[in-house]
Amino acid sequence: MTDKKYSREHEWIKLEGEVATIGISNYAQEQMGDVVFVELPAVETTLEAGSEAAVVESVKAASEVYAPVSGEVIEINGELEENPGAVNEDAEGEGWFMKIQLDDLNELEQLMDAEAYAAYVASLD
Amino acid sequence: MTEITTHSGHRGLDMAEPLIFEQGASGRSGVDWPEVELRNSRIGAAARKRSIGLPGLSEPEAVRHYVRLSQKNYAIDLGLYPLGSCTMKHNPRLNEKVARLPGFADIHPLQPMSTVQGALEMIDTLASWLKGLTGFDSIAMSPAAGAHGELCGLMTIRAALEAMGNARERVLVPDSAHGTNPATAALCGYRIDAVPSNERGRIDKAALLEKLGPDVAAIMLTNPNTCGLFEEDIVEIAEAVHAAGAYFYCDGANFNALVGKVRPGDLGIDAMHLNLHKTFSTPHGGGGPGAGPVVMTAELGRFAPLPHVIKSDDGYTIVEHNAGEGDRATNHLGRMRSFHGQAGVFVRALTYILSHGSDGLRKISEDAVLNANYIAARLKDDLSVPYPGPYMHEVLFDDTFLNGTDVTTLDFAKAMIDEGYHPATIYFPLVVHGALLTEPTESESKQSLDQFIETLKALAADAKSGKAEMFKNAPVLTPVRRLDETRAARQPVLRWRPAALPEAAE
Repeated sequence: MTDKKYSREHEWIKLEGEVATIGISNYAQEQMGDVVFVELPAVETTLEAGSEAAVVESVKAASEVYAPVSGEVIEINGELEENPGAVNEDAEGEGWFMKIQLDDLNELEQLMDAEAYAAYVASLD
Repeated sequence: MTEITTHSGHRGLDMAEPLIFEQGASGRSGVDWPEVELRNSRIGAAARKRSIGLPGLSEPEAVRHYVRLSQKNYAIDLGLYPLGSCTMKHNPRLNEKVARLPGFADIHPLQPMSTVQGALEMIDTLASWLKGLTGFDSIAMSPAAGAHGELCGLMTIRAALEAMGNARERVLVPDSAHGTNPATAALCGYRIDAVPSNERGRIDKAALLEKLGPDVAAIMLTNPNTCGLFEEDIVEIAEAVHAAGAYFYCDGANFNALVGKVRPGDLGIDAMHLNLHKTFSTPHGGGGPGAGPVVMTAELGRFAPLPHVIKSDDGYTIVEHNAGEGDRATNHLGRMRSFHGQAGVFVRALTYILSHGSDGLRKISEDAVLNANYIAARLKDDLSVPYPGPYMHEVLFDDTFLNGTDVTTLDFAKAMIDEGYHPATIYFPLVVHGALLTEPTESESKQSLDQFIETLKALAADAKSGKAEMFKNAPVLTPVRRLDETRAARQPVLRWRPAALPEAAE
């Protein structure tokens, strides 16, 4: 059982204290195909839940990544600039996008746990 | 399949061809110039100190290089080109003949207007036809392509809104839109608000109405849309958009389905670009420049860019400055490009229009729609269609038929190349999974369509009978095999560079 939460837009979020690590789900990377570019926000950007946080470009399309929660970006995964393929290889680990200092822990309540997300994904196919 | 190799590297009549910079030798050239002794060079410090590295080729070498490259190209002159959304129709040779008449081909945009009255009349006549076919009063002829036309349309709308004191903030764009729509709106300083499609592949009207508000500047809608479907609610949408004080921009890329059948101006649209290189048969891309005139209401026309051609008692004139003349007295935009647009493209489009006449143009749309529906009817059980018809000028398949085969839409498209067809448009529009968008145009005969259909049926059968390996390896009959598109995007090599030269021994 994992302690990750998931959004309907296929972002994952993992909480450690008040800092949340965010990326796109394994399902999302499968759907996108080979990722060729990731545009991340600047550190110190303030994000609101549901606002555009990043852009992922694959061989098929460019897609927005939305902030699943509100907060301030405190760290971004600079490795992705050199190696965007990390998103395909390990979307929910090494392919993380950014870390956010959360404004409101209660926002996590809106998100799905791994089991609910798996059921949601199954309903899409 | 075993790889066939040859001693020469050529494959029969398919010549292996290196880059031009990798050929030739210094000192070789097509023309022998006499040695010139420069006594008083006035170039000074700007004089080159070393070779600039141009390849040295004789004339036959240069000719062979470009002919060989041209033979590697797929073209509408070579075969059916089912690239959805692009309207790859035949470019009639009559268009080319007329465009080469000295009165069109051998003139210069800076000639005195009295010496180019025929060319100006040609632009004005084409403008009249385009306004007539679409039901608008005003037109901007200068935009150089479809996306440029969109930009013209949105800039014009923004100028009109600014003149009323509020440019507004949001532009509504359906999730099935061409990527140029949101890009255009963003370039004009607007925030994009995506409107979802419904289960029938049309825009979700309820969601659209909910998003309308006093901060919405415009909606950008393609009709028929990128799924090849007619937006049936378009009149109601136009009324709601106008009631909210916003403008209705239509992406006219798919006008080929409607010519002579529907006048977009009658539907409540405020502005729309026309891709002359799609609907009106002028060459695409590398075959020639595009042109994207924008038709619009008289109200918007006051803000459209210059120049434009007007007719007076003294003949035709190009209005180049905002001097209160004509219908562009309050022009806000200035110019979007030099001179008056792609005159060479205009001649071809007008030739196409006049050689077909209004009844012929209507027949063209009917045939384009008939051809697409014929493909849909004969392939819907072999491939899979996400939305029920009737289809307009193109038919959208998804990858449901490939479920469980380990073959992707990309693999399927690559296999089409081995069969001698340009692939269909893939992974667009984004609203369906594994999209394969096919647009035959009116140019194809039933025989040509049948051959294409039988080929796709056979490929679909191959995919379903476990021949995934064949698809993964495709194409195998091309000058180069499957390209690594991922690596090309991740590590692009954007220009050729010479190998490092060895240090010269001094």
